[in-house]
Amino acid sequence: MPVDLRTRLGQLELPSPVLAASGCAGAGRELAQFTDVARIGAVITKSVTLEPRAGNPAPRLTETPSGMLSSPGLQGPGIDGFLQRDLPWLLSRGARAVVSIAGHTIREYAELAVRLSDAAGVSAIEVNLGCPDAAAAGRPFALDATAAGQVVAQVRGSARYDIPVFAKLSPEVTDIVSVARACVSSGADGLSLVNAVPGMAIDPVSFRPALSGMFGGLSGPAIRPLAIRCVWQVREAFPDVPVIGTGGVRTGRDALEFLLAGAAMVAVGTVLFHDPSACSRIQRELEEELVARGIDRVSEVVGRAHDGAGAVADRHSWALAGAGAVAGGGSILRATKGG
Amino acid sequence: MSPVQVRGTVLTVRRVDAYVAMTVVAPAIATRLRPGQFVAIAVGGPQSGMLSRRTFSVHDVRPDHGGTVEFVFLPREPGAAWLADCRSRDVLDIVGPLGRPFPVPRDPASCLLVGVGAAAAPLFALAGRLADRGCQSDFLLGAESADRVFGALTARRTGRSAMIATADGSLGARGSVIDLLPTLVQQARTDVIYAAAPLAVLRAASALAGRYAIPVQALVDAPAMACGTGLCMGCVLPAVGTDGITRMVRACVDGPVFRGDRVRWDDVGTIPFDALGAPGWKSRGGGVGPAATRLTPGPHDIPEGRQHAG
Repeated sequence: MPVDLRTRLGQLELPSPVLAASGCAGAGRELAQFTDVARIGAVITKSVTLEPRAGNPAPRLTETPSGMLSSPGLQGPGIDGFLQRDLPWLLSRGARAVVSIAGHTIREYAELAVRLSDAAGVSAIEVNLGCPDAAAAGRPFALDATAAGQVVAQVRGSARYDIPVFAKLSPEVTDIVSVARACVSSGADGLSLVNAVPGMAIDPVSFRPALSGMFGGLSGPAIRPLAIRCVWQVREAFPDVPVIGTGGVRTGRDALEFLLAGAAMVAVGTVLFHDPSACSRIQRELEEELVARGIDRVSEVVGRAHDGAGAVADRHSWALAGAGAVAGGGSILRATKGG
Repeated sequence: MSPVQVRGTVLTVRRVDAYVAMTVVAPAIATRLRPGQFVAIAVGGPQSGMLSRRTFSVHDVRPDHGGTVEFVFLPREPGAAWLADCRSRDVLDIVGPLGRPFPVPRDPASCLLVGVGAAAAPLFALAGRLADRGCQSDFLLGAESADRVFGALTARRTGRSAMIATADGSLGARGSVIDLLPTLVQQARTDVIYAAAPLAVLRAASALAGRYAIPVQALVDAPAMACGTGLCMGCVLPAVGTDGITRMVRACVDGPVFRGDRVRWDDVGTIPFDALGAPGWKSRGGGVGPAATRLTPGPHDIPEGRQHAG
């Protein structure tokens, strides 16, 4: 019997919880050569800006262990080009479009939300909060709970009521839950966890930073445990808020891991560079993983790792408390086992 | 024709001087591929920590086993070294054919084919295609040293002429192919230049072609490609569109073969100030008057197939 992969997103129903992540699939055109974009959950577009952007100079990408360091600099056609060419194309292919938006001021985000609300066929908006905030000397919105909340409030207020708004958060914060709380209380319908983490690589041949922008966003399987931890923490705090888990999803098993941690959906990103048909493959593999466990609805596994999580959390905090002294940590674990 | 992702079986791996030449059975790619197009290969096995695909211009396609593709590379960086260690019957995840192939003249023409190192690999299949059109091919090959000159014998056998330049003088003339270009273009009465080489050579060939008002097709051998399929936006360079507007185009889908006069070679590795969407771009076009109108981007300004893969 086939597994029921349908996933609800507010009033929207997606045929699958497997999505293409923002910034790794353009607006779906390139992906469609390898994956039937109508059969995956949705395509989260590359972040759209108000104006066209040329992006950063090359080199923009460099390979790192199990990951990729990248700073493309939001190259794109701007909202006009997107609405006239990209969105209609995606919709004509029968795909669901989750449109990622990026700006440098709260106004820009709000205007983008208005423009997208006037267009037909936007399934959801994902607010890329990883952009530098012009009003805060270039600190990304996602690093400040207040700034993040303000953007989300403006977008939620500007977007049509029936378009769900997701806030995409950075893991580069001391307390991801507080940023999540600011977004949720500002009206976010869901959260995307997590954006790429700032990183750096030096080219040993040129003795210079490997990327023209010096720093880049680290993504791929290298950051998966980080993403899983964030999904877990946010799920603990807000069990009813839908989460798109993203960060190094490579196989159906990885997707399952995100779902168990509490993500309702997973977005496949950097792995698409390595395997352009990864979305379809991961969707198939996830189905197989569920069949193998006798589960017939994907919604059944969402957040399942939290069942009886109280005891687990206890042990976790004990282990952390003892982590400073290895011997101490060991004895606590033994004691817990014994008890 | 749109690319496919297939599992290709390695047929042969052999050393050719400093290079490794690998032949992979991939009929779906081989039968569609045209000279100048490339393949992108996943390296390191299914759980590989190397996420970038390695991209290679295809040297040759052959009809045996339903269709094989051959490519040539230096087994230097870890991904290429892994590939060089593959054996016959190993299976590779391979995507292709990718990118824009070399366009060929409609009528017989005198063509100069300039290649440096392994980048020259696609020029030999191109010469075959040119011959089908009644075109003559003169080869100009170069490298640092004799063992890095790829295809000298084939060039001598199949070309109308073949000149070679090495930096250390170990084969042919001492120096760079750039030094030999001007005389060769005059002597051979070149109608079209095809170049597959590092940026400096492509820039020189394009400048020369400009002086003689002849077309030049330049294959960019971009090491910065992470995916080859247009997804990662890594391999951009500034190129002028038919509308006169400079855009950051992707070498993988808008190239790797470009009209040499369209690429702003001196600005590669930068965002030219007048490129579409460059910082401050709008403010310059933001005045009133016709200039502002012309600079306002619209979908009609974006030539088909330039911003996106077809």
